[in-house]
Amino acid sequence: MNTDIKTKEYTTVTEVSGPLMIVEGVEGVAYNEIVEIETPAGEHRTGQVLEVKEDIAVVQVFEGTSDLNTKNTKTRFTGETAKIGVSKEMMGRIFNGTGKPIDGGPEIIPEKELDINGNPMNPTSREYPAEFIQTGISTIDGMNTLVRGQKLPIFSGSGLPHNELAAQIARQAQVIGDDTEFAVIFAAMGITHEEANFFMNEFEKTGALEKVTVFMNLADDPAIERILTPKMALTTAEYFAFDLGMHVLVILTDLTNYCEALREISAARDEVPGRRGYPGYMYTDLAGIYERAGRIQGKDGSITQMPILVMPQDDITHPIPDLTGYITEGQIVLSRDLYRKGIYPPIDVLPSLSRLMGGGIGEGKTRPDHSGVSDQLYSAYAEGRDLRDLVAVVGEEALTERDQAFLKFSEEFEKRFVTQSKDENRSIEETLDLGWDLFRILPRNELKRVKDEFVEEHLKE
Amino acid sequence: MIIEGNIIKIAGPVILADGMRGTQMHEMVKVGDSQLVGEIIELEGDTATIQVYEETAGIKPGEKVESTGGPLSVELGPGIMGAIFDGIQRPLEKIKEQSGDFIARGVQVPSIDKEKKWTFKSVVSVGDKVLGGDVLGEVNETSAVVHKILVPPAISGTVKSIATGDHTVLDDIAEIETEEGTIEKVQMLQIWPVRKARPYVKKLDPDVPLVTGQRAQDTFFPIAKGGAAAIPGPFGSGKTVTQQQLAKWADADIVVYIGCGERGNEMTEVLTEFPFLDDPKTGNPIMDRTILIANTSNMPVAAREACVYTGITIAEYFRDQGYDVALMADSTSRWAEAMREISGRLEEMPGEEGYPAYLASRLAQFYERAGRVHTIGSEPKEASISVVGAVSPPGGDLSEPVTQNTLRICKVFWALDASLADKRHFPSINWLQSYSLYVDSIQNWWKETVGDDWRDNRDEAMVLLQEESELQEIVQLVGPDALPDSQQVTLQTARMLREDFLQQNAFDDVDTYCPPDKQAEMLRTILLFNKEAKNAVVNGGDIKKIDALSVKDEIARMKYIPTKEFDAKVKDIKAKIVDQMAGV
Repeated sequence: MNTDIKTKEYTTVTEVSGPLMIVEGVEGVAYNEIVEIETPAGEHRTGQVLEVKEDIAVVQVFEGTSDLNTKNTKTRFTGETAKIGVSKEMMGRIFNGTGKPIDGGPEIIPEKELDINGNPMNPTSREYPAEFIQTGISTIDGMNTLVRGQKLPIFSGSGLPHNELAAQIARQAQVIGDDTEFAVIFAAMGITHEEANFFMNEFEKTGALEKVTVFMNLADDPAIERILTPKMALTTAEYFAFDLGMHVLVILTDLTNYCEALREISAARDEVPGRRGYPGYMYTDLAGIYERAGRIQGKDGSITQMPILVMPQDDITHPIPDLTGYITEGQIVLSRDLYRKGIYPPIDVLPSLSRLMGGGIGEGKTRPDHSGVSDQLYSAYAEGRDLRDLVAVVGEEALTERDQAFLKFSEEFEKRFVTQSKDENRSIEETLDLGWDLFRILPRNELKRVKDEFVEEHLKE
Repeated sequence: MIIEGNIIKIAGPVILADGMRGTQMHEMVKVGDSQLVGEIIELEGDTATIQVYEETAGIKPGEKVESTGGPLSVELGPGIMGAIFDGIQRPLEKIKEQSGDFIARGVQVPSIDKEKKWTFKSVVSVGDKVLGGDVLGEVNETSAVVHKILVPPAISGTVKSIATGDHTVLDDIAEIETEEGTIEKVQMLQIWPVRKARPYVKKLDPDVPLVTGQRAQDTFFPIAKGGAAAIPGPFGSGKTVTQQQLAKWADADIVVYIGCGERGNEMTEVLTEFPFLDDPKTGNPIMDRTILIANTSNMPVAAREACVYTGITIAEYFRDQGYDVALMADSTSRWAEAMREISGRLEEMPGEEGYPAYLASRLAQFYERAGRVHTIGSEPKEASISVVGAVSPPGGDLSEPVTQNTLRICKVFWALDASLADKRHFPSINWLQSYSLYVDSIQNWWKETVGDDWRDNRDEAMVLLQEESELQEIVQLVGPDALPDSQQVTLQTARMLREDFLQQNAFDDVDTYCPPDKQAEMLRTILLFNKEAKNAVVNGGDIKKIDALSVKDEIARMKYIPTKEFDAKVKDIKAKIVDQMAGV
């Protein structure tokens, strides 16, 4: 590579608009390469090439474009795509959204420089995720089981306790019969100081801080920087998992802010918008984040992802949750109705789903009756919920005895199975036994989803 | 002649190069110093627009673009079966050998193994006259598939020599003298451009069903061999499980499964599960008849546009050998979105929701490559390609362009319903919205196979389900007790149809595949219950007692009775229905 280009400085910025700037008269600039920018005041910023046409480069500036001018802003093209230096020492440290330490500690001496975009994992190299993670939360363990290497997002709404839930999961998650702890990587995108402090305090309280690596882009940090944050976090996660053999739990919050940043750049570039102004490539872009969860054959480590996203107006059909749901392996949906009833965690099991549940449960993993219990809980609760509408019209007395049993079941299910306290860590046995306890409310011949032998075993008086 | 141009612009997967005069539309090119695979999608003067099938980061203006002289093509021949390819037919196993667990750029691997020797058994003799599409010989490729080596479509004449024994796919296995007197050498390997449909003689009427062993599909909304079906549904409604069930159990000779822009773990699941599942007809592992094309959602987007064509071309190649092929595309929405992304980068005028204006015609061209046909050759073979395309409508909204344009072409519509999925009613095929236009054309097959009452029973069941939905509205207002007894029986039977017939457990060893006979008999039993119960209430029977009959539990567990014991047990259940109804 020609070293002249790398050191050559341009002062030919011709246009600054939104997060973008256009540099003309450049030579040998590569698509996606990183640009170092010096503002007229001498401040240093970073950017990335979004498009090159002959000698014109379109650059997106991560730290914002204010103070840049078209007269003497200096740009230097590095010839490198965005990279992060990774090392074991990163664990327990706090970085900003672009990967620079902000905890006052020393700079990281990298053992490896990795491209933050990573490469797609070869499907033939993947190991199908099948190890049950006990989160201690009944609605997740019993009905939407999380497994190592899964990507399972929390779909929430503003004002719902998704942070508490995520912190509880991070605290309680363990694989039965394997005491290696999860290394947690926490990537914050555009969340408030308060929320960030909540997580930091939580980690500190449980003494997990030295197992947590934090990438922090807060609400008042430049929005465009958010584009890099999850990629930095996941590149580090891949290094921890597949080079160092650790089991990594990655918490990404809040993906909605990430997507807003994507839309901002897209709009600044005058691209043809897709739904609701989000760019048409948002699916591909999100896939580039979510698909970096998984396990690899013959390697010890794993990456389990728990992205959090706040659904605008609680609308699950909004493009952000919608595209996410098409990529992730299920979703945990929080409900405002349950929250209003005072239920914590307000997980609505009906729209929630874990696609990898089948491989992680059953004999030798959890318990042989697990899948039957889960199916039965689902169908009985769904039926009970349907009846509530009917009761609102005709009154409870008009229901048959059978229907009254289902109605009662749905109430008890919410009160006893869904509800648990913020530090209650239920074992999978406790969760399933609780399910059987609830089945006693129903007529026995209605237990069609569980095998007879299990009914015999668990419901004898 | 190789034409060399220079890159002038890079924007994501789309690049512009000048100095490209003389190259052709859809020609394959090598892009940049790292020799990425690309395809020309627009030509204007000296300038070519190229979509690149790999990540373009780090590419600079000024780097070279080389033409290859041919369009994007697939390699067809022994060695293709049981493999997993990326969107442009590079075997992922070989990529792994070269670049490890993550797919690096610019990996160059052959599509099929050129070194491996296959035992070729000729079926023609010297002096035979052959036409394009005729079988020259056979290779036993896997336990399930005899790979037939065909005369390439464009060649016909007299066999001058024919080989036998062990050969690589590049060895000459036959020489054919054409009428013009030239000698054409034929190898086992054929190369075919993906965007061009392979020829056939004529399309036939679809009158044979593709039996899938799935009750909701086979009995209510059947697909014919050579038909096209669409499965639209929001996320979590079970599209992928439905597709995989069809890939596992459909009575096709060959299955091509395209994972287009979907999850990596889903492909891994297929790879880990299929080798251990046996085809109910032949007993061979179903992986031996399956070809996988994987362009997962994080692989380059341009290759997603190509993967559907790669898949259907491979399907056509096996159709030409006389096989019934089933092709699953999961999901065609990702394919359409890939088109939209490329179109956006080309700054084309967008149509509805940003999709290019040619979306409808591309979808139609793809689905029209399905069909039951007479293949080319001296003795036409009957063969088919059935296509099942999953559609992922944003927000589950079926009015969006991809769903609507697909419905205009497909004759079968399996509408997946999120509210059914929430209740864990699987497969979540909505019986009121779904339809199949093949019911009339395939009813004779069913009548011959399972009995003359098939069509009547199916229609009767559909009417019951329709009535139930109307009655439910009344029940919502006044409660079930206000209905007359006979209508309450309808509610009971319809509930049985929904829970005990339509619901099918893909994860149960027995219920995952339900043979046609069993489907028909299960339906007969439920309708018998309906008839007997209606008679009983007319004669003053108590509806509460009917509801509490113990035989209802046995009907509910009918689906779990293994096929071998089924006949005896169902007889017993039917007798009990009549018996117990007498006591109400």
